[in-house]
Amino acid sequence: MDAKDILGIPKTQLPTTQEKKSRPQKEPQRKPDGISREVYALTGGLAPLMPSIDVSQLKKRPPSDEKITWQWLPFTNSARKDNLQLYHWVRVVNGVPPTGDYSFAKYNKSVDVVKYTDEEYEKYLTDPMWTKEETDQLFELCERFDLRFIVIADRFPSSRTVEELKDRYYVSRAILIARAPSPTDVSGHPLVKDPYNVSQEVERKRALSMVLSQTKHQERKDAEVLAEAKRITDSRMASRAAEEPEMPVASHVGSESADRAVVLGDTVSPSSNIQLPSATVVPSTSIIADSASTLASLRMLRVYLRTYALEQMVQAASSSAGLRTIKRVEQALQELGVNLKPKVPTKAVCAEHLELRKEILTLLNLQKQLQYKEAEGSSYRDGSYIDMPGTPKRSQRAGDQDRTFVPESINFGGERVGKRDQKRKGPGRLSEAPSSPAHKRPRKKASDL
Amino acid sequence: MAFVQNLNKKLKDVEISIPIVYGNVAFWLGKKASEYQSHKWTVYVRGATNEDLGVVIKRAVFQLHSSFNNPTRAVESPPFELSESGWGEFEIAITLYFHADVCDKPLNLYHHLKLYPEDESGSMSTKKPVVVESYDEIVFPEPSDSFLARVQNHPAVTLPRLPVGFTLPPPVPIEDTSKRKRGDTKDHPLAQWFMNFSEADELLQLAAARQQVQAHIAKLKRQISLIDGQQQQLRSTSDP
Repeated sequence: MDAKDILGIPKTQLPTTQEKKSRPQKEPQRKPDGISREVYALTGGLAPLMPSIDVSQLKKRPPSDEKITWQWLPFTNSARKDNLQLYHWVRVVNGVPPTGDYSFAKYNKSVDVVKYTDEEYEKYLTDPMWTKEETDQLFELCERFDLRFIVIADRFPSSRTVEELKDRYYVSRAILIARAPSPTDVSGHPLVKDPYNVSQEVERKRALSMVLSQTKHQERKDAEVLAEAKRITDSRMASRAAEEPEMPVASHVGSESADRAVVLGDTVSPSSNIQLPSATVVPSTSIIADSASTLASLRMLRVYLRTYALEQMVQAASSSAGLRTIKRVEQALQELGVNLKPKVPTKAVCAEHLELRKEILTLLNLQKQLQYKEAEGSSYRDGSYIDMPGTPKRSQRAGDQDRTFVPESINFGGERVGKRDQKRKGPGRLSEAPSSPAHKRPRKKASDL
Repeated sequence: MAFVQNLNKKLKDVEISIPIVYGNVAFWLGKKASEYQSHKWTVYVRGATNEDLGVVIKRAVFQLHSSFNNPTRAVESPPFELSESGWGEFEIAITLYFHADVCDKPLNLYHHLKLYPEDESGSMSTKKPVVVESYDEIVFPEPSDSFLARVQNHPAVTLPRLPVGFTLPPPVPIEDTSKRKRGDTKDHPLAQWFMNFSEADELLQLAAARQQVQAHIAKLKRQISLIDGQQQQLRSTSDP
């Protein structure tokens, strides 16, 4: 009913009050004329859809000038080999029954299975693994079952794999080639064009079944391994681009934890990075990998400027972050009153600056996490996922998820934490902690409903 | 030209850094200004505490705008500076070449020459120059022993705390204090305009910022774990 409101179609009378009277009136008021609404809905439906069925044709079909009767008549099927006669209802027009074959006879198609003579068998088809009897049986089954090898394999007296049977059957390809007057005549035939490769087929099916039988756990592990491998190769390539040619050590460094003093003594094997339980751990290890490789590449430079080194480290730390995130970090720095590039870049200052940037990144990640959890939690609580974009508050949040969700919310400008609780409407709400969420949120829900 | 550093044992984790300041001072010529020579400026690289950089830098090459005669100006001894007169602002590339035992690769700095004051309304004075300086540090990550020995007590050079048990080779006596005196910029005529760079302020600022961020992080973590707890509860009590 609400749909009708939206569409602007005039509401009909309530069926409960005027059931019988309104029914004949209902039909002309709605679009369909002569059929019920449900049936019409199955076809083209109401406006604004374009009806695919011409409604006027639906009811007026039966031509009234012909005399139609239905008779119970016998028929034969040309597809059958016996002369079985069955009966069925036939539509008789003006006393004349329909002519022609049984209408379904044309569907009786079969495969042209190659048939060999004994002579041909002797010449081309003798095989140590197969007796003539077996081969004959096989070919007979092939014809009977239209090359449905699964069925054939099932029916075959001795146990042979589907691949073996196929292989044996497709040997008839040789016959075709032999029979043909010249090779070119027959090269177009599908049997000749694509030869059957037994070993390949066996291998292929084995691989498929392996993939099919993988447990979910296995799948996830594989995906993780692949992702980690990709990340490692990416960071290796990046560091290789930044370094001088003779630096095979860098790839080992990539998998270590980054101690500022990059001790290259131990090399942890790359596989230890791969057993990662949760998604949040993964980004930090890749950042660590990038930082370590950046440090290594810096050491390869015999001389560099502190500002250059800081730039490289900042880049490495933000390598997993998108442009938007980087902008947010810079925004946060500005709000904190920190220079984007330190005015006095000593070693200590640069180290602090880098750590600050990393902490801001962590902060942004946590904010995102919190947002997702809140959204997840609220939609879960309401019991319907449709609710999320619908209600205004939600849509604002959803909108914020698309755009920046940090802008005013960090608000480091000297305001104390407590004050922010008051600004609960608006995007600021997202990053704040109502002091006792357990109490406040359910009450909020009530007001929403 | 054998690269001496390779033959010597290299220390790990002992880096030598040279704090430097580079930039320019520009005076408006006032009455004496002509159309093409409105300012007199000096571009330079100095030690951050005005110590002599000659201990490390052998030569500094300033690449000026192509409109200058001989735009490539090499300065073979400290103080590494170049004075000129002109009207235009442009980027100057400064290439530092180091002594053989220090590093065989040169290092590039880029400075945008500034002649006119930031706020255009500010009147130009012949007495007060426009000064733009940048602080940076030249880092040698793996200095050779000989380099270390030579500079270990030099005021222009910053050495980190040496690892325990490590002793530096005995310092090479610094020859000729008079020679050294000339290279530093403590009594430089422009010294009164030099800016002071102190890391203390910036460190304080950064520490305060980090504290704020860390507090915020802790708060968010608490919030997240709270929600996790709530969701756990709901999951166990909600109807299917």
